[in-house]
Amino acid sequence: MAMEPSILTSRWKIPDAHRIDVAMKHGAWATLPAALKMAPGEITQVVKDSGLRGRGGAGFPTGVKWGFVPPPEKRNGKPVYLVCNADESEPGTFKDRYLMWKDPHMFLEGIVISAYAIGAKAAYIYLRGEFGFVRRRVDEAIAEARAKGFIGRNILGSGVDVEVYTHLGAGAYICGEETALLSSLEGKKGQPKLKPPFPAVEGAWRAPTIVNNVETMAAVTWIVGHGAAAYREFGTEKSPGTKLLSVSGHVLKPGVYEIDMGIPMMDFIMDTAGGLRPGRKLKAVVPGGSSVPIMTPDEVARATIDYESIHEVSGSYLGSGGMIVMDDTTDLAEGLANLLRFYAHESCGQCTPCREGTGWMFRILKRVKEGRATDVDLATLKNLADNIHSKTICFFGASAAMPVQSWLKKFPDEFFGRVHRTGKVGYADVGAEPPGGDKPGGTTQAAK
Amino acid sequence: MTDQAHNGEKVAWTEQELAEIEEIASRYPSRRSAMLPVLWMAQHKFGWLSLPVLELVAETVGVPPSEARAVASFYTMLKKKPTGRYVLQVCHTLSCALNGAEEIIRHIESKYDFDENGNTPDGLFTLERVECLASCGSGPMMQVGEHYYERLTPEKVDEILAGFESGEPLPTPRPEADEWQWNLQS
Ligand SMILES: Cc1cc2nc3c(=O)[nH]c(=O)nc-3n(C[C@H](O)[C@H](O)[C@H](O)COP(=O)(O)O)c2cc1C
Ligand code: SF4
Ligand code: FES
Repeated sequence: MAMEPSILTSRWKIPDAHRIDVAMKHGAWATLPAALKMAPGEITQVVKDSGLRGRGGAGFPTGVKWGFVPPPEKRNGKPVYLVCNADESEPGTFKDRYLMWKDPHMFLEGIVISAYAIGAKAAYIYLRGEFGFVRRRVDEAIAEARAKGFIGRNILGSGVDVEVYTHLGAGAYICGEETALLSSLEGKKGQPKLKPPFPAVEGAWRAPTIVNNVETMAAVTWIVGHGAAAYREFGTEKSPGTKLLSVSGHVLKPGVYEIDMGIPMMDFIMDTAGGLRPGRKLKAVVPGGSSVPIMTPDEVARATIDYESIHEVSGSYLGSGGMIVMDDTTDLAEGLANLLRFYAHESCGQCTPCREGTGWMFRILKRVKEGRATDVDLATLKNLADNIHSKTICFFGASAAMPVQSWLKKFPDEFFGRVHRTGKVGYADVGAEPPGGDKPGGTTQAAK
Repeated sequence: MTDQAHNGEKVAWTEQELAEIEEIASRYPSRRSAMLPVLWMAQHKFGWLSLPVLELVAETVGVPPSEARAVASFYTMLKKKPTGRYVLQVCHTLSCALNGAEEIIRHIESKYDFDENGNTPDGLFTLERVECLASCGSGPMMQVGEHYYERLTPEKVDEILAGFESGEPLPTPRPEADEWQWNLQS
């Protein structure tokens, strides 16, 4: 088995590494003094050169995003803000929670460095409302760092000011979406806004705002400390570095793992994550949080874990790295109904296709699961999903549509096997490859 | 100063709380951003967000009462009605469901006489199904108050609930919060 890298998780095994004295014995806050001697633009350049891509889900290059902040003369006197996305609500994702819990100083140091790089004097960490216990720990870490002069006014005598605050959400998945998060931070309902304007140009309080994920911030600390070339020794050409994966479902060793990007996915599941229970076979994997398309065992066997391979092999995404593994005992109709209940519950309600469509898809899936649906319902389901994708204000609509589209397409038997066959609908009507007996165009032999 | 009834009590902040609110508001360029922090403070203090409490929050933050109500209604963790002393929030999203969340919910349901709102008659417990709490690798799990109770089995649920019933809850944070990997083989 490949050596597991430990650059973001290097202090997790050290007892009490959430305490600053312990963390500092193992390298915490050693990068900040050097970073403050660099020009802000130099730091952005290092992050660009490292190829770091945002770890919140979208995988957008971090340094490039920072470059979108308008120069001071084009800001109408507005300040710049940094917001760290610690909302972590995507089902299957639980890496940020442990990162903040085991080693809060790692991402806090990255926040201060990043704030300096983009010219922000205030940084807000937006934690999901359920993370009250995590917030307490992060607040303690902030207080410790402030006492040492790493946070606050005139940091280490450099003349640089960075304040860091935590802000607790109150239960709403959609607040993980960056524009919704910023509305929530402003004390409003957490409803997404149309982009553009992008937050980097007009974000919190209508000022330029960079939103970055917790893991992204932790990676910045390492990259600035060790250099872009050292970071690129991990991962692949287009997916450099390491990634935290949170793996759950039917594996024997669920949990958070730091991996070198580009390792074979099947090896990760079968070795690192402990494999399946004895006698069980792999049925499906959702590789990057519940929103991304599902993968078949054959696709898993061909993919490596990085942004490109997963997409090329399966049309899915690495996303947040929240991997859900399902063995052959899984009822996929029930699983998909479970996810659509989630999306129907979490739609913010602004866009009709999303608000109505998610509820409708959930109700159909509930009937499928209970054996009360027909194959016509499956075609309706596929239609609904197609009509939500890309027709909404935010990416949530697509997040709800992609599971429906991909589960039907890749596992049609799981669904056709659960419904009453009228013969009016074939596999092609749900986007699946017509199997033997079904003619392309969707009419089954039986209907003839 | 607002001075209205909430469950028969007076609804107002203490001097110390007002000072705390001012400190919180000073962290943001706009006072409105203190909305969620103040709603949380109100919920901790008054137990739930009745209309008089929401009016107090609105006045404190400087928005019309309808705004405070609209915001409160958007977020699931803000309580618009009273609950039992311990709210058992069991996750039933996919990863937890794959590992037995329904069994845990049925087990809890079988232990007490929950009414249609999920409350026990003695006011001790409320049972709620909630969506993913970022604890998917250690499911089934539930949140009670601030803390997570992970890797639940019916026996473990019995132990946790007995703690609440006896008035001596198990110490928190739970040791599992430290374990980011779990080996089911050992
Ligand atoms: C519906 C939805 C939910 C999201 N939830 C999260 C989340 O919980 N955490 C997160 O970091 N990003 C989440 N994102 C992505 C953010 O919008 C944003 O891209 C990210 O925080 C940027 O940080 P990064 O570039 O460091 O990844 C979500 C996006 C969408 C559309
Ligand atoms: S797509 Fe859904 S979640 Fe996003 S803004 Fe529209 S209704 Fe809200
Ligand atoms: S699915 Fe239950 S915590 Fe994520």
